[in-house]
Amino acid sequence: MNLIESVESQYMKSDIPEFGPGDIVRVHTRIREGEKERIQVYEGTVIRRAHGGLRETFTVRRVAFGAGSERTFPLHSPNVDSIQVVRYGAVRRAKLYYLRKRTGRAARVKERRR
Amino acid sequence: MVNGLIGRKVGMTQVFEESGKAIPVTVIQAGPCSIVQLKTQEKDGYQAVQLGFGQQKESRVNHPKRGHFEKAQVEPTLVLREFRVKSLDEISVGGTVDASLFSEGELVDVTGTSKGRGFAGVVKRWKFAGGKKSHGGEQDLRRPGSIGASATPSRVFKGKRMAGRYGAKLHTIQNLPVIQADAERNLLVVKGAVPGPPNGFLLIKKASKVTPNA
Repeated sequence: MNLIESVESQYMKSDIPEFGPGDIVRVHTRIREGEKERIQVYEGTVIRRAHGGLRETFTVRRVAFGAGSERTFPLHSPNVDSIQVVRYGAVRRAKLYYLRKRTGRAARVKERRR
Repeated sequence: MVNGLIGRKVGMTQVFEESGKAIPVTVIQAGPCSIVQLKTQEKDGYQAVQLGFGQQKESRVNHPKRGHFEKAQVEPTLVLREFRVKSLDEISVGGTVDASLFSEGELVDVTGTSKGRGFAGVVKRWKFAGGKKSHGGEQDLRRPGSIGASATPSRVFKGKRMAGRYGAKLHTIQNLPVIQADAERNLLVVKGAVPGPPNGFLLIKKASKVTPNA
């Protein structure tokens, strides 16, 4: 372990479930509104995981009311409260950018039986 | 007390604040430094402490240096740097200075040699805007434009920003907050960037503008 990793490891979460591109996840994020804090849920397909270590991020894509939306979360951010895997997907590449061009039934990801 | 030490830049990463805010940080190997020599008012005309940092192979130490290190009874080091001090009390040759000098939340000044960029144009060196990429301006993409008026003053003013050697100069970044100080491993984590490449040598001092009498 190099020195950078040893510094990062102090801030990294250990309770992150195994998930990757193609999986459908439910991300619970902490939102602060003035004094109050509440949890917001964002559900969609993971289309990428990028970077590594403490700087790792993942992007979730969902189509809501006909409009596509994507959110990128820092994996180890304290504001990402928890991540639930809803369904595992069977995909053949690491970045699912092709989903952006597809709509409806074509934009589905096959379920991975495990 | 010595108010600074020599270190080496390890690299950059980010850490999260409690609020969830990601802050950019630089990891620095800060010390341990050995005290090699004391400069005194009587003998040298000023007061300073000479610190050594980094392991040097025995075979790479020439005779004059070897004598210098042997006199202090310390291991030969890669670099030697002086730090001015107000008083030499409680400082003795052969001692060490390490990252316990700093504590979390403190502000530090970090000095290092910036990355050399060679002969750089005005866009890189001085952040000039350059020319237009279209509308007929294609030939002036990275040019400086006019460098002054005509018959008056009939010359270019001194200090006019132009292309030239950029970087590889000593730079100091002031008032960087210490995010973490690990005295055990001599690691210092400071907020923001510091000059130079990873593995470059750095001088880390208590912030001169906020630390009185340092």
